Amino acid sequence: MPTTAPAARALADVTASDGTLRRFLHGLPGVDAVGLEARAASLGTRSIKTTAKAYAIDLAIAMVDLTTLEGADTPGKVRALGAKAVRPDPTDRTTPSTAAVCVYPDMVATAKAAVAGSSVKVASVATAFPAGRAAIGVKLADVREAVAAGADEIDMVIDRGAFLAGDYMKVYDEITAVKEACGTSARLKVIFETGELSTYDNIRRASWLGMLAGADFIKTSTGKVAVNATPANTLLMLEAVRDFRAQTGVQVGVKPAGGIRTTKDAIKFLVLVNETVGEDWLDNHWFRFGASSLLNDLLMQRQKLATGRYSGPDYVTVD
Amino acid sequence: MASVFEYAPAPESRSIVDIAPSYGLFIDGEFTEAADGKVFKTVSPSTEEVLSEIAQAGEADVDRAVKAARKAFEKWSALPGSERAKYLFRIARIIQERSRELAVLETLDNGKPIKETRDADLPLVAAHFFYYAGWADKLDHAGFGTSPKPLGVAGQVIPWNFPLLMLAWKIAPALATGNTVVLKPAETTPLSALFFADICRQAGLPKGVVNILPGYGDTGAALVAHPDVNKVAFTGSTAVGKEIARTVAGTRKKLTLELGGKGANIVFDDAPIDQAVEGIVNGIFFNQGQVCCAGSRLLVQESIQDELLDSLKRRLSTLRLGDPLDKNTDIGAINSAEQLSRITSLVEQGTAEGAEPWSPECELPSSGYWFAPTLFTNVTQAHTIARDEIFGPVLSVLTFRTPDEAVAKANNTQYGLSAGIWSEKGSRILAVANRLRAGVVWSNTFNKFDPTSPFGGYKESGFGREGGRHGLEAYLAPSSPEGER
Amino acid sequence: MNAVERLTVLKTYKLYVGGRFPRSESGRVYEVTDSKNNWLANAPLSSRKDARDAVVAARKAFGAWSGATAYNRGQILYRVAEMLEGRKAQFTREVADAEGLSKSKAADQVDATIDRWVWYAGWTDKIAQVIGGANPVAGPYFNLSSPEPTGVVAVLAPQKSSFLGLVSVLAPVIATGSTAVVVASEHAPLPALSLGEVLATSDVPGGVVNILSGRTAEIATPLASHQDVNAIDLAGADELLAKELEIAAADNLKRVLRPQPVDKVDWSATPGIDRMTAFLETKTVWHPTGSLGASGSSY
Repeated sequence: MPTTAPAARALADVTASDGTLRRFLHGLPGVDAVGLEARAASLGTRSIKTTAKAYAIDLAIAMVDLTTLEGADTPGKVRALGAKAVRPDPTDRTTPSTAAVCVYPDMVATAKAAVAGSSVKVASVATAFPAGRAAIGVKLADVREAVAAGADEIDMVIDRGAFLAGDYMKVYDEITAVKEACGTSARLKVIFETGELSTYDNIRRASWLGMLAGADFIKTSTGKVAVNATPANTLLMLEAVRDFRAQTGVQVGVKPAGGIRTTKDAIKFLVLVNETVGEDWLDNHWFRFGASSLLNDLLMQRQKLATGRYSGPDYVTVD
Repeated sequence: MASVFEYAPAPESRSIVDIAPSYGLFIDGEFTEAADGKVFKTVSPSTEEVLSEIAQAGEADVDRAVKAARKAFEKWSALPGSERAKYLFRIARIIQERSRELAVLETLDNGKPIKETRDADLPLVAAHFFYYAGWADKLDHAGFGTSPKPLGVAGQVIPWNFPLLMLAWKIAPALATGNTVVLKPAETTPLSALFFADICRQAGLPKGVVNILPGYGDTGAALVAHPDVNKVAFTGSTAVGKEIARTVAGTRKKLTLELGGKGANIVFDDAPIDQAVEGIVNGIFFNQGQVCCAGSRLLVQESIQDELLDSLKRRLSTLRLGDPLDKNTDIGAINSAEQLSRITSLVEQGTAEGAEPWSPECELPSSGYWFAPTLFTNVTQAHTIARDEIFGPVLSVLTFRTPDEAVAKANNTQYGLSAGIWSEKGSRILAVANRLRAGVVWSNTFNKFDPTSPFGGYKESGFGREGGRHGLEAYLAPSSPEGER
Repeated sequence: MNAVERLTVLKTYKLYVGGRFPRSESGRVYEVTDSKNNWLANAPLSSRKDARDAVVAARKAFGAWSGATAYNRGQILYRVAEMLEGRKAQFTREVADAEGLSKSKAADQVDATIDRWVWYAGWTDKIAQVIGGANPVAGPYFNLSSPEPTGVVAVLAPQKSSFLGLVSVLAPVIATGSTAVVVASEHAPLPALSLGEVLATSDVPGGVVNILSGRTAEIATPLASHQDVNAIDLAGADELLAKELEIAAADNLKRVLRPQPVDKVDWSATPGIDRMTAFLETKTVWHPTGSLGASGSSY
């Protein structure tokens, strides 16, 4: 779905120059950190039980971007991951598949083969993930290779250095270039590495910057730094996509990634989605979890709900 | 809000609290019937179910309780502060231990959501006792002269909106300073005070130090007027506060009053908008707006009115109204039929005067006392709903153009309890906070409470402060070297 | 030839309202005598309208006076002491006449009064530190309590101690930033009316202190019920009047400072801070603090 055009039309003047872009981003409403965190914490006290919990677990499973991003990744590891994504619980065929597997570009072809015939998408990190410290040509080549190998989704990292130096236009230009490299076949997720942007004001600005530049998804983190997805930064990004749609009519997805390990955590994020942007985003086309160990906890909780017994790690697969 | 993600009912277990079919007055360490045998019923506002039958104190009982408190005063005030402290620490700990039970009880009797009793009322109650416990043996250093003296018997009358928390605000500083207490809880919410009597028993508090007299306004009036009461502390309506001030005129009774309010919540165009929306919601819908310091007047800068109202309405649509015991309930029941009819009639008046009401789609339960969250636009300072305290989930939205105008409108009320300021500009916050005539100013937050933080009003919102070092003053004799006063 | 003894020029005592010296709008005066019943002067017999005008003046002055820096208020109060020092002879005579004191006893009173101004002048920029401060709330908030003046205070000056008593109740009110409408001692109003002349020449803005003479009950009653008066000090009221005024004061919940039993007052004692705190409100301001942000890369 081409999203750049209407957004660009609605806010064309914003990206007309370095100055207008800066003024726009700095003119966004500020974020009070304590208030934001308090709201996220308060939504975290929602009590999701029985039928609601069953719904939430299946939804969460279907939203997982099952991820392996290790130097030690091998074709075998990626194939196993693909199989797990397609059929997360071999003992229960009613268990939904995950949304995608997420791998490095050189593993895209392998992953693609592993999930062939299923609904599972292949997402590839690119643009010199995770640091993003490479020349633009290298980043774009990285993206093109992944797309050529069949990636359905590209998870790019922004140039945090440029962002923190105030060079917003450089960040914007890189995203638009990557978006172009994605072509019409791959959806683009833009990773801000919120832990490195550090402040909530920066995260709000980055969110708008990413959306203006054509992001299909905005994503918190690489999972490779100390602070990754948190309820507060995800809430903030949800507010951003909500406001962006209200202004431009364009809907953008959100992907918290890193640090979400338990069903309880995942459900808290789904509550944030439900009460901030509503059911339009309660779908894996618009919300994802970047995670690996989360899936097994979701599966164990799913078994518990189904059987009434607590499950154990030996009853879910280790892949 | 109809959503694909419907939350299943998540009720807190009612069985954790065991409510007896009847309760007596708590006088001199014993539960006892009223001298004239009168009783009244307390109901659960969310279901109208009768929870218990309560003895109703009359004048003779007031006299008996004051005598018991007077008798206990001698020994209690003579105890070393460190010993009084340990009793209060005990009470604080027992409240923490029993907090789940007390939260359920309070929700049943008051109608407020369990989320609030669990996460706000009860933690604050325990913290308040814990805080004042520590003062009991440090009064020499509190800035009220060396060896400040207690006043004697404190007659305390508390409201129904935060029954146990208001009890804590009254009893903790009174006991820490060496006074003894006769407390009258509100007629619609007597239960937590009677459970507190049991906590006093568990803590081994000497008999007569705390006496609890459930009853109506006439019980409170008799207590306030009793000649052997040395100190009167009241939280409630401004009208009753004035009546009490007249009653104690010409006596030596020390008086503190915590009364009504019509708090202005001022949102500037540079506010952190999403947090401001949360603050507005918290300001007026916390405890169904039955809060004296509620931010019941929203003053929004005209240039952002539409944007803010859109956000606010969207947010109100997500509020979950219903069973107060459900852990996901945001808006509980109105405390009583009487309060509900007051809210209803003020809202009708607002509409009749030309203001425009708006409420989210919201199904009200068929039994119990309920009122949907409501906001009024097109409100001016002249409207009744902008001047009178509604004490319900009703927000009046007014606009302003400049900071000066915001301050002028905020201060244009006989009340002066609370105010809120939303802006990302530090100097503006400080300048506006400086000029607001209100006892508590929340900037970029709202409805925050802490035992260390003094609370109380300007103007007709009353006088005296509760909380913090300041809260001790109400219970200590003046230290004027010019002579006693 | 005997020189003709010079006939002294008598002073027409006037009220002090809004920085000006009006007569009573009623045109009435009453006879003020010394302790031996000798005529001293005719003092204005203020009416309820004079009280009303004084409240208007005090309200008008409140914004600037309460908004002045505490340092500035201290400088001005100290200036009052300087001016008093220069008029010691006059006040000694007036106090001696008013209270039937010997010249030396009266001089002691005046000295003590001047010292009291100095004492309060020094308090203006310290009281906030003594009774205000940061509160350690259990959360990410900066929380600060500060005293603020309550507004317009009606002060019924003590009936007996015409000058030291007067200043002992007036100075704490204005030191902390409130403005005052003073009802002078009914029988001994002259030192109070002369104090107005000192205030007028001491940089005290007009309206900060307004001084009325006359029948205490007549002036105090409208002040106690006045909706634009924030507080009342009943020092000069007897038991019966004090009770009536306290009842009237409840109409807008004035802060009421009750009178001391007359036989228990010792104006010469160094005051505590109670007379200042009685007319101070505590304002507590909250602001979130939160963290600086979360960052750090681990690769």
